[in-house]
Amino acid sequence: MRFRKLVLVALKSIARNKMRSLLTMLGIIIGVGSVITMVALGEGSQKDIEDNVASLGTNLLMVRPGSINSGGVRGGAGTRPSLSMNDVNRLEKNATLLHWVSAEIRANSQVIAGNNNWNTTVTGVAPEYLAIRNYQIASGSFFTDRECKTRAKVAILGKTVADELFPDQDPIGARLRIRNVPFKIIGVLAEKGQSSMGNDQDDIILAPDTTVLFRLSDGKFVNDISASAVSAEQMDAAKAELTALLRSEHHLAADVENDFLVRDQTEIIEIATSVTGTLTMLLSSVAGVSLLVGGIGIMNIMLVSVTERTREIGIRLAIGARPSDILAQFLIEAAILSLIGGLIGILSGLSAAWGIGLLLGVSAVINPTVVSITVLFTGAVGVFFGFYPARKAANLNPIDALRYE
Amino acid sequence: MSTAQISLSRIRKVFSMGDVQVEALGGISLTICSGEFVAIMGSSGSGKSTLMNILGCLDTPTSGSYHFEGVQVEDLNRKQLADLRNTKIGFVFQGFNLLPRTTALENVELPLLYDRHRKNSDPRKSSIAALERVGLGNRLNHEPSQLSGGQQQRVAIARALVTQPSLIFADEPTGNLDSHTTLEVLDLFQKLNRAGLTLIMVTHEPEVAQYASRLVQLRDGQLLKDEAVCTPRDAATDLAENYCRGAA
Ligand SMILES: Nc1ncnc2c1ncn2[C@@H]1O[C@H](COP(=O)(O)OP(=O)(O)O)[C@@H](O)[C@H]1O
Ligand SMILES: [Mg+2]
Repeated sequence: MRFRKLVLVALKSIARNKMRSLLTMLGIIIGVGSVITMVALGEGSQKDIEDNVASLGTNLLMVRPGSINSGGVRGGAGTRPSLSMNDVNRLEKNATLLHWVSAEIRANSQVIAGNNNWNTTVTGVAPEYLAIRNYQIASGSFFTDRECKTRAKVAILGKTVADELFPDQDPIGARLRIRNVPFKIIGVLAEKGQSSMGNDQDDIILAPDTTVLFRLSDGKFVNDISASAVSAEQMDAAKAELTALLRSEHHLAADVENDFLVRDQTEIIEIATSVTGTLTMLLSSVAGVSLLVGGIGIMNIMLVSVTERTREIGIRLAIGARPSDILAQFLIEAAILSLIGGLIGILSGLSAAWGIGLLLGVSAVINPTVVSITVLFTGAVGVFFGFYPARKAANLNPIDALRYE
Repeated sequence: MSTAQISLSRIRKVFSMGDVQVEALGGISLTICSGEFVAIMGSSGSGKSTLMNILGCLDTPTSGSYHFEGVQVEDLNRKQLADLRNTKIGFVFQGFNLLPRTTALENVELPLLYDRHRKNSDPRKSSIAALERVGLGNRLNHEPSQLSGGQQQRVAIARALVTQPSLIFADEPTGNLDSHTTLEVLDLFQKLNRAGLTLIMVTHEPEVAQYASRLVQLRDGQLLKDEAVCTPRDAATDLAENYCRGAA
């Protein structure tokens, strides 16, 4: 009852000076608005990246060859051809924590179909690749182990390749020539879109691993090995097992470092999100500074208000308001001022995040925890910066306050 | 009737303005009993308001001691003083001191907002009753700027009454009023006094002081005279007479 009355008194005095109250809140509105916008967009793009990386595959482990190390001069990752089909076979045979294993043998080539031609990467893979990388077949069918054993000249087209080579024709059953080797098209992949790194995941042709290895490549080395761990919890164990198996296959002595690299999704996510994380931090600190400035604005206007209303304070004290009542009145007023600013800030921040997200094609995620923390925080800002003026009001001597002109 | 409600002993109040010292009260000793109607008189600057502010626990004396209903006022802290002002004392100020842009009803309700003892269960109802008692039952939602001086003064009296205090201080309550309104306010005071309320009223007009039962005179911060009024005038009779004369 008393608290409700105090809130009403505060709302009345805020409403009495609408323009001034709004200007006072502006700092808080901008501060909260930018915090909310930043967090919503930051979390949204984080989520986008995670979704994207998840679309790379299920519990994915990627093995790449290590770097060349000749006389101390090291090449980049993948410069030393160190992976072979033997590694793939070894993993398939001995790994207990890997669900699926597939080689990736890539051959960049000009592909010709009828009058159309297109430059793309032909990747030789095992049938398991589909599951490892979360690809779906849109039409036709994928090849099986039998086609892999027989080095069959069959190909699966990504959406982009299918559109480029067969703009107005069903590619299933059609033929195309890759480096003068004729292939029969038996399937088309469902569209997957861009990866988080920005490359088109539909601009591919898949063919049996042995076919690409022996007909389009040198017959010895594979570019990458993709594997799928049995579960998300076993990722680390699977990674360790895979590393141990490959080291033994490569006959590496204990003191020799790996001649290959193993990456998992979390690392990929970390790399991709570290940039947005830094950006969010930076902008959040800017927002924090503007909240501080907003708080000082509230303190300033509350000091003005206390001076203006000295007589009112005197009257209240004279008729029996305790100093703590006056303190509460001005604290509540400051907190409400700040909270209203915070709520306006949240609303404008969310709409800004939504608008910018729409513009840039990023999702905006509304995090209820962040919103409620922001509400609590703005209330606290009001109380903190309102305290000094409120105490000044509460400490007034009734007769001096009454006599104030 | 004869218990000492207020007792002042050698109250001094000195205002320092830079290196100039003004002695507003120079050692006042005074006892006021429950149920009295006291008029404090004196010329302008004689220390009447200063005395009233000390009596109303709004200001503290430089020296001397003040007992209010047996309580040593100097020993109270700010919080206890606030509660004393809220529950025991009603104060009618020289300049009304109503909250601007606030209705009469809300102004009267204000002291009840700070009443922690909840002796008043329905603030709105008792505020309306207090306003009806001063004859403003039809002006509940008027703001001070929409009321005449006499009406504002009566709102201030209603505000002093609403907490059912044992004592009311009124500083020049008729200072800004015409003679008819003055009589109305005095009539109200006499009725309240007869109902048992102690009334202490400051005035500089001898005619107004005639309605009190005791007259205290100040000059330059000193007690000049303290005497009973033999036959106080009755405001109700004078009002009726005025009315007849107006009608004739
Ligand atoms: N706050 C103050 N500061 C300085 N002098 C004051 C103050 N209040 C009153 N005085 C002085 O004290 C004396 C008594 O004032 P006051 O009690 O207001 O007189 P009255 O109400 O009888 O006209 C006056 O001389 C006045 O100037
Ligand atoms: Mg005076």
